[in-house]
Amino acid sequence: MRFAFDAEQLEFRDAARNLLEKECPPSAVRAAWTNETGRVPGLWGRLVEMGLFELDEVDSILVLEETGRACAPEPVLEAWALQRTDATLATDTTPSALYADSVDLIVAQFDTDLVRASIGERRPSVDGSRRLFEVHAEGDRLDVDAAVVTERAALAAAAQLVGLAQQMLDMSVSYVGQREQFGKPVGSFQAVKHHLADAALRIEFARPCVHRAAWVLANDPAETAVAVSLAKAQASEAALLTARKALQVHGAIGYTVEYDLHMWMKRAWALAAAWGDAAWHRNRIKDTLLNRNAVLKGTNRNA
Amino acid sequence: MDLTFTESEDAFRTEARQWLETNVPHDLPSGDTREGFALHLDWERKLFDDRWAVVSWPREYGGREASLIEWLIFEEEYYRAGGPQRVTQNGIFLLAPTVFEFGTQAQKDHILPRMAAANDLWCQGWSEPNAGSDLAGIKSVARRDDGAGGWRLTGQKTWTTRGAFCTHLFGLFRTDPEAERHRGMTYFLVPLDADGVTVRGFGRLDGDEGFAEVFFEDVFVPDSDVLGEVNKGWNVAMATTGSERGLTLRSPGRFMATAARLVELCQSEPERSLDDEVVACWMDAEAYRWQTYATVARLMEGAKAGAESSLTKLFWSELDIRLYETALRLLGPDAELEGPWMKGYEFALAGPIYAGTNEIQRNVVAERVLGLPRT
Repeated sequence: MRFAFDAEQLEFRDAARNLLEKECPPSAVRAAWTNETGRVPGLWGRLVEMGLFELDEVDSILVLEETGRACAPEPVLEAWALQRTDATLATDTTPSALYADSVDLIVAQFDTDLVRASIGERRPSVDGSRRLFEVHAEGDRLDVDAAVVTERAALAAAAQLVGLAQQMLDMSVSYVGQREQFGKPVGSFQAVKHHLADAALRIEFARPCVHRAAWVLANDPAETAVAVSLAKAQASEAALLTARKALQVHGAIGYTVEYDLHMWMKRAWALAAAWGDAAWHRNRIKDTLLNRNAVLKGTNRNA
Repeated sequence: MDLTFTESEDAFRTEARQWLETNVPHDLPSGDTREGFALHLDWERKLFDDRWAVVSWPREYGGREASLIEWLIFEEEYYRAGGPQRVTQNGIFLLAPTVFEFGTQAQKDHILPRMAAANDLWCQGWSEPNAGSDLAGIKSVARRDDGAGGWRLTGQKTWTTRGAFCTHLFGLFRTDPEAERHRGMTYFLVPLDADGVTVRGFGRLDGDEGFAEVFFEDVFVPDSDVLGEVNKGWNVAMATTGSERGLTLRSPGRFMATAARLVELCQSEPERSLDDEVVACWMDAEAYRWQTYATVARLMEGAKAGAESSLTKLFWSELDIRLYETALRLLGPDAELEGPWMKGYEFALAGPIYAGTNEIQRNVVAERVLGLPRT
């Protein structure tokens, strides 16, 4: 039993982080809110070139987190889920397809299959960089395992949520360390410290669930649904809590669109809701855990 | 990364499970009562005789040199089997790591085997009536007695868990009152039957005589019973405090077993209105398990347990309350009856207080993990 990444995996993560810092700084995310595609020109090619979409689950999970940290406005999780770089995805739990107007192929769920789909009406996301579209699932069936693709999408979303949360926390730590009121940095006040400690706590216990789910997805099909649901639920809650804490400790400046935080928050809201929200995933675990058809045992009052 | 257990880890689990299933006693009275404590000692001796008392220790001290992973496995099996509370835990999990790190060879050879065999029962003398969170505010003193080759301890410790039933105490006393508060303290090892020691047990919220006040009036302690350097007691104690918060005091097995029993309780209730809360508790116990395995991997590769252990303490102590709170909600009006769930809830309430309050832990996370400025 060794629950750790190896040096090569960590190096790949560092390389991804450097690339994204350079090619997808906050100004690029901001531009994507109002530009034509909602994406960052040239970034997709760099991500494909980096090899992200050819890696296995454990090798890619840290890089997926980095795409979340950078708030990269690209169909990363969709492509990773489908294991093809030219497509986007919609399913029953997430019926709007991201960037359907700038990819070659739209894949959508039809019953238990994934089929080619055509583009429908635009749906406005609170996240201005997310160009969402209704889709019509009326084309040929694709020869892919829809269940596996769906699990991959949820896992990749979970990884991105952890990255988003971490970046919002880092922004907050930096801000409260230098913003002064009453003659001292606001980060020296206990209430502010406790807000951020609570965020750090949730992230600390979400992240291992995401990492583990990557391994389980690659190695243990029977356990995958519960592992992925644990990851997505924990990551969603961590990101939503961190968004609130981050906003609160920034005060009014965090509540402006001039400041970057709102873009990360809105991406977190979007991904927390998509691919099964926390309640959806808890419900899925409940079916396995509580075994609704079990014969009721005698009252067990013993702790 | 490999999340499967090796053959030898599986074999260790099987051996532990079989031994525990055969030997674990059930329905012992609480170890925080006089009668129960004695029965728990019998259990400790049985564990020791078969080398299960201190699995990760060297063989010469009664262990079987288990790895950290094997220790986690043993703990999972222990709680799964319903093993009784470990009344030696303050010695084994708090004092022992400190003895391993700071003790002389003579101290290790004398203290550790007797601790493992439950011949010496240790309690922690940290808090005083005016020094809880502010441990550096302690006022109990130790005056030098060169003629006798040691120190004379005077003062009072309180909220000492199971102090009334123990034989020895490890504690901090002020040896240089002129020095800055954090310097000038020394870590002493004191037999509770020494002249000048008075122990008075008193009741805890959960109804047991689980606390004690310990009074010291000119108690002689020889130099050989100082742990670490004189006046460096704070540094020595901080080593212990890291263990108390982190890995060694609350292994995941404990919460996994409680979550499993909570699931059973939930399944037996006709209303089934708390499924979501029960599942959320189970999920957090799972999250705790995996975070622990990740931490253990880092420790096994040479990292030191640091301020991150504050995150661990925050998580398990608040999870524990949620587990028992949810159980009481499931019990409905029966929640007020004396019983294991209410007992567990009462004890869980102490979690955010002991081993460093959760307010202090949040400060540590903010300042030492996140790097926020000191207040």
